[in-house]
Amino acid sequence: MATRALEIAGPRRSAWRQALENVPIHVFFIVAGVLWALPAIGLLVTSLRPVGLFTVTGWWTIFTGTGGQVGIDNYRHLFDSPLLAGSFVNSILIAVPATIIPVLFATLSAYAFTWLNFPGKTIFFLLLIALMVVPLQMALIPVAQLYGFIGPPGIVKVFLFHAAFALPYATFLFRNFFLGIPHELLESGRMDGANDWRIFRTIILPLAYPAIASFAVFQFLWVWNDLLVGLVFAGNTPPVTVAILQQMRNFGSSVDVISAASFLSVIPPLLLFFAFQRYFVQGLLAGSVKG
Amino acid sequence: MIYPAVATVIRSLFNRTGETFVGLDNYLQIFSDGRTFHAIQNNIIWVLIFPAAVTALGVLFAVLLERVPYRLVIRTILFMPMAVSLLASGVIWRIMYEQNPDTGALNAVVASVANAVTHPGHYQGARPSQPDLVQGVGDGYQLSQLLAPGDVAHIGFIGFPVAEIPSGAKDAQEPTAQAGQIAGVVWRDFKPGGGGTVGQVEPGKLGLPDMTVQLVDSGGAVKSQVQTNSTGDFSFAGVGSGNYRVVIPAQNFHPAFGGVQWLGSTLVTPAIILAAIWVWVGFATVTIGAGLATMSRDLLEAARVDGATEWQVFRRVTVPLLAPLMIVTFITLTINVLKIFDLVYAIAPGSVIPDANVIALQMYLLAFTGLGNFGIGSAIAVFLFLLVIPVMAFNIRRFRGER
Repeated sequence: MATRALEIAGPRRSAWRQALENVPIHVFFIVAGVLWALPAIGLLVTSLRPVGLFTVTGWWTIFTGTGGQVGIDNYRHLFDSPLLAGSFVNSILIAVPATIIPVLFATLSAYAFTWLNFPGKTIFFLLLIALMVVPLQMALIPVAQLYGFIGPPGIVKVFLFHAAFALPYATFLFRNFFLGIPHELLESGRMDGANDWRIFRTIILPLAYPAIASFAVFQFLWVWNDLLVGLVFAGNTPPVTVAILQQMRNFGSSVDVISAASFLSVIPPLLLFFAFQRYFVQGLLAGSVKG
Repeated sequence: MIYPAVATVIRSLFNRTGETFVGLDNYLQIFSDGRTFHAIQNNIIWVLIFPAAVTALGVLFAVLLERVPYRLVIRTILFMPMAVSLLASGVIWRIMYEQNPDTGALNAVVASVANAVTHPGHYQGARPSQPDLVQGVGDGYQLSQLLAPGDVAHIGFIGFPVAEIPSGAKDAQEPTAQAGQIAGVVWRDFKPGGGGTVGQVEPGKLGLPDMTVQLVDSGGAVKSQVQTNSTGDFSFAGVGSGNYRVVIPAQNFHPAFGGVQWLGSTLVTPAIILAAIWVWVGFATVTIGAGLATMSRDLLEAARVDGATEWQVFRRVTVPLLAPLMIVTFITLTINVLKIFDLVYAIAPGSVIPDANVIALQMYLLAFTGLGNFGIGSAIAVFLFLLVIPVMAFNIRRFRGER
């Protein structure tokens, strides 16, 4: 089961009897669970209510039956607005290549760092680790100037930036994984006369599936959830985060589309989260210091 | 990636247009420009509060979760905000922080406590319709003339929304006083739809129920206190002879709690930090929980067998063993908070952005909005980079140690 990823082997001794002795702890967790779930429920309910009600009654009044009618009208309005509806397409067009490109390049470079010898290998790798934590703010301005000269479309600007910025972290992650692959596997491949490219393709890549999945889930979410890079580079093809932010200047009067778009935008990440929970947590823990 | 880093350093030494070499001027400007310096100050507040608070909560949640069988459900709920965008979390908290207690969930909670303590009156903003009703103690009113038993009081109010009148209010009636009584009426001296005479109790003018009326004797002591009924009538029976004053005390006009201005200039940074804690606690809980899982149970059991209390076990065994993981979590959170951007930009309304500003946001605002000053933007980026260098050194050392 996917949920097993967060499982931690606690003390199993008569769990339920122990549970009864811990009433204050249960109260604590009920309160915590409510505190963490309620704000998100507030978003969902707000997205189902007419905008006029937002400044009149609280979203929680629908639970007491005094909150007026709910419906999916806001979501319909969302798709009447070409900017917001288009932004979901933009987000996909950005996040997919921004995930695939670093997988292609970083698996190759990690292979080189793990099993090939070349001059300056250690230095390069230390440099790579150092670059991993460089804040992406350090790259925004020079890349903006560079893009100014070349002038690719906004979507390409955004996914190229994300792809490049993911390379050090991806290489690091894949190399750590490759180190766990027994050397004998490669040796036997060489014995059979396979070259590096063939070994990489037929032996390493299939084994690297868990590492690729961890990285891909993490990177897709990173890019999907990104705001800053989109703001700087996307221009008139904004990803969904940027499109929502642009509406927020008139929060009170646009809260219908804002809440509906926000709720829609969290569905892909949450689906990935539940489907790939194990990879998700691994990728996140490994990538949490990324620039 | 080396090229951009070097290019940024070089660009930070030039002016806005990039034509003139200005040396370290851009760096000096970071500290002399009020807005940028305020962003640095705010970021210091973030660094001081956020990583420590999240790590501490992470330890608390992780340790307590070990003791319940439904830990998976709670851990999943706590972790979900990590999966969604900070912008979406920002929208969520923008809704939570609405100032009006009728629409903002947080202020609704605060208001229910505040109103239970202060008892807001029904008739906020009401003012007398006639000059003989004058300002009394505090925000209360009193009739300027004194009344004796057998007299009646006419107390008209205007200037408040009809929604404040409790439902069930009926048209006011001309009061009559029995012998030994002081009676009166409190009414809304306004006829909807126009017409009517000011100061007259007429059909179409509502009585004001639940108004507290006091009878004060010549010594200033409150002799009796009653509530008006559904037509706004009140009467004090068994009043001894003498002159009395009819007082409408201030409690009738107490404003209800108006809501904490969470996103005003003073509270906006703490409010956004609170939202950030909500987002990241799941991360700390999972990292520290992973450490707890690998911890030796024997040590804990040994301590318990030796008669240590749960607190001693936690303090002397669990915390020291978890210390390395707590440090890693703390450092990770520190890097993240130095670069915090999305949440601040999403939650802070445009007018309070200068009060909520942080380094990464100011860098974006200066470099990519308005005139677009790449010089000072680069300088701020380099400054941010210098702040994370110690962390980078720590990472490299750990890597060297691993080999």
